[in-house]
Amino acid sequence: MTVTALLFASYAEALGSDRLELTLAGNTTVRDVVDRLRAMPGGSSLPAAPLVAVNQTYANADQRVVSGDEVAIIPPVAGG
Amino acid sequence: MSVRTAIVRRAIDVSALLSEVGDTANGATVIFLGHVREMNDGRTVSGIEYSAYGEMAERELAAIASECAAHFGVAHLVAEHRLGALELGDVSIAIAVAHPHRAEAYEASRFVIEEVKRRLPIWKREGYVDGTSDWVNAAGIAHEQRAEERQ
Repeated sequence: MTVTALLFASYAEALGSDRLELTLAGNTTVRDVVDRLRAMPGGSSLPAAPLVAVNQTYANADQRVVSGDEVAIIPPVAGG
Repeated sequence: MSVRTAIVRRAIDVSALLSEVGDTANGATVIFLGHVREMNDGRTVSGIEYSAYGEMAERELAAIASECAAHFGVAHLVAEHRLGALELGDVSIAIAVAHPHRAEAYEASRFVIEEVKRRLPIWKREGYVDGTSDWVNAAGIAHEQRAEERQ
């Protein structure tokens, strides 16, 4: 299955991209997506448990992801 | 009751926001403005580039405003957050709240900005007069706490 990982700000700079299509096995969780990204070049600057939003809603690490999901890795926010 | 929020890429018209929440039924209007500050952590700032997870930021800001209106019984609330390259003094966020009474108007305004700081997926890259730039809050103390809450 394929999910779209979105990266922003410092995380996008670290991985050199703001959008990656990832192919993963079934029974995948948010944690698996994060682990995959952290194993990529530049991915070590992502924390082990970053904030994540699945389809634009904040999600915990155990949440399942399914094919087509948009998984956004959210750096420390700094709005205002 | 009226609630409106927006993520914008233009200057925020503060007067227009005040007019929008104006209503003789209310005795208090509070407006909060966030703007680009000259000094941060001892460094002299030249400007800030704001970026966002656009669609989610729209949704989260709308959700914050709805929660605020329901919780405080706000009559009118308008909040706009600006993205893009801002110069010193430019308004990055404006929150206008109208309520029959001042105590609730102040509390509601505070609620919105604190929730924005906590959960709106917006980032800022601060530029300095020496030509360097850095992501603000990259250490993310509040962020770490929030991530822990979700483990």
